[in-house]
Amino acid sequence: MDHSSLAGRIFRGVALALVLAFFMFPIVWIFLMSFQTNEQILRIPPHILFEPTLANYQALISGQLRTAAGNLEISFMRNLINSFALSSAAVFLALLLGVPAAYAFARFKFRLGETIAFTLLSFRFAPPLLVLLPLSLYYQQLGLNDTYFGIVWVYQLIALPLILWIVRGYFEDISPDIEHAYRLAGHTWREAFTRIAVPLAGPGIAAAGLLSFIFCWNNFVFALILASADKQPVTVGALAFVTASGIQYGQIAAAIVLSVTPTLLLALYAQRYLVEGLSLGAVKG
Amino acid sequence: MARLELNAVGKSFGPVRCAEDLSLAVEPGEIVAVFGPSGSGKTVLLRMIAGMFEPDEGDILVGGQSIVGAPPERRGIGMAFQNFALFPHMSAQDNIASGLRARAAAGEVAARVKSISRLLKIEHVLGHMPRELSNGQKQRTALARALIGNPEVLLLDDPLRNVDAKLRYEMRLELPSLLRRSSAAVLYVTQDYREAMAIADRIAVLIGGRLVQVARPEEIYARPASVAVARLFGDPSINLAEVEPVAGQGSLNAEVAGTPVRLDAADRQVADHGPCWLGVRPDDLLISRQAGENAIPARVVAITPMHEKAVLLLRFSDGSEWLAALPQNSAMASAEDGVFVRFAPEAALLFDRATGLRVGLPHRRQAA
Repeated sequence: MDHSSLAGRIFRGVALALVLAFFMFPIVWIFLMSFQTNEQILRIPPHILFEPTLANYQALISGQLRTAAGNLEISFMRNLINSFALSSAAVFLALLLGVPAAYAFARFKFRLGETIAFTLLSFRFAPPLLVLLPLSLYYQQLGLNDTYFGIVWVYQLIALPLILWIVRGYFEDISPDIEHAYRLAGHTWREAFTRIAVPLAGPGIAAAGLLSFIFCWNNFVFALILASADKQPVTVGALAFVTASGIQYGQIAAAIVLSVTPTLLLALYAQRYLVEGLSLGAVKG
Repeated sequence: MARLELNAVGKSFGPVRCAEDLSLAVEPGEIVAVFGPSGSGKTVLLRMIAGMFEPDEGDILVGGQSIVGAPPERRGIGMAFQNFALFPHMSAQDNIASGLRARAAAGEVAARVKSISRLLKIEHVLGHMPRELSNGQKQRTALARALIGNPEVLLLDDPLRNVDAKLRYEMRLELPSLLRRSSAAVLYVTQDYREAMAIADRIAVLIGGRLVQVARPEEIYARPASVAVARLFGDPSINLAEVEPVAGQGSLNAEVAGTPVRLDAADRQVADHGPCWLGVRPDDLLISRQAGENAIPARVVAITPMHEKAVLLLRFSDGSEWLAALPQNSAMASAEDGVFVRFAPEAALLFDRATGLRVGLPHRRQAA
């Protein structure tokens, strides 16, 4: 694809810029908002130029929300740490369970295999609210309500099917002969799995892990019902910004910037693995 | 070193019978080519020996010990795959070293990798990743990986399928001596009869999951066990005609395209055999302009020059067509010429038309 004509190149540049502006605008706007006070934000018409303030970040990090009605304690930083811990633990557990399961589904035909795989996928179809009521009752009886473990466990509904189905596809793309060759060279089944199958499916595993991390991070309903204040992630914690004296737009913007940053960095870091995964499949080895 | 033995091995996948009563022994240091059309069960056979799946019936022995049920890593088998099956995330060096099942000391591994790669002329690419290697280098790396552990049994699954023609010729010359160094029992699967004849001590012809003939290459070419085997060996493939041999005065006669032809009769008791296929190799046909006894009139329909020889498409008066292969410089005929076709009686092969098996079995030499 070589658009050599000048008009074509200019058009392409303009079109790209438009698309970029369209998609980046909300993020840029929120980024700018996070450095403004509520009054500056609510000015009409809005100003592009303003005097930046770090008050929003200060409030979030110190946990002191200053409103017209007085000071308010918020635990945003704790929520952020909760989000991080819950999502990481959930993805770690899902990888631990899901990768071997995906391998089994990809390599072996067994009774009810497809049924089980599909049942796991169907967890993604069910609206979370549908399972929440019975789940919260069970959790109360089991004493799992308001525990980190309980939330990590329920996050498996989100992470496990994703990892299972994405990684399964990657395992299926690896020629079984490669593993046979490794076993004939005198290595056990377990070694063939850990040294051949898993490294070769690595990009897929990274992609699936990243995706399920983002889904877990963004989850709201499960944590809202099953966790109390000190175990809630940012998604639920953000409700605190709706205060009696109005909505704290500046702090919300700062909170968004802070909570998006980890996933954004993770995505940027993992991007090269994703690309590598694509090219590994294209070149037959 | 150990001998590889298959005893009445059978295998089905659902309703499909992939191997039926396969019995074969390969001596240490011997190269046996498993040759057959695609879908004849060659790969299934290798995979049963390698332990990727187990036979339904029969037994597989290495050095007198059954290996059925043993995991692949304990069978003492080296294998090179048609698609190379190199580990894409390891360098050529690590690929080859992975074949050293005895966890040798690091220094010894390096030395052995070096010596085997020198033998296979891939020393200069040891540091490369598989995707940076040419197909020929990939193949050599895969061979080195299979050879380095000094396996008792070496399985080569059509290893030259995916390399270019020049390299294939080179490897055909190199492989036999290379394989003999290892003194392993070698099973070499191929779809190319020339490769089988060039490399193997014996050829096992596999058709439809059955071993149809196991013999020395020249024996199979000269005395194929059945019409199917005769068709698989030779390019252009053997000419066939439907005949009903009749015993004459001290000879056996048949009509080919309306012309009576004498077939060699010395020790061929096939006079009352009924319908047969007459098979004559294109190289055994003689073309001349003179009519005479045993000469079948034909017309040259087309001539294909094939470098060292020319292939003539001949049409007989009854419409049937045969091919003749002549040395290029003697190709006196041109298209549309009327010619006469002869062949030496002993060049004629007869096959039962119902069973396809060769009848008469003249000049039978015992296969080694």
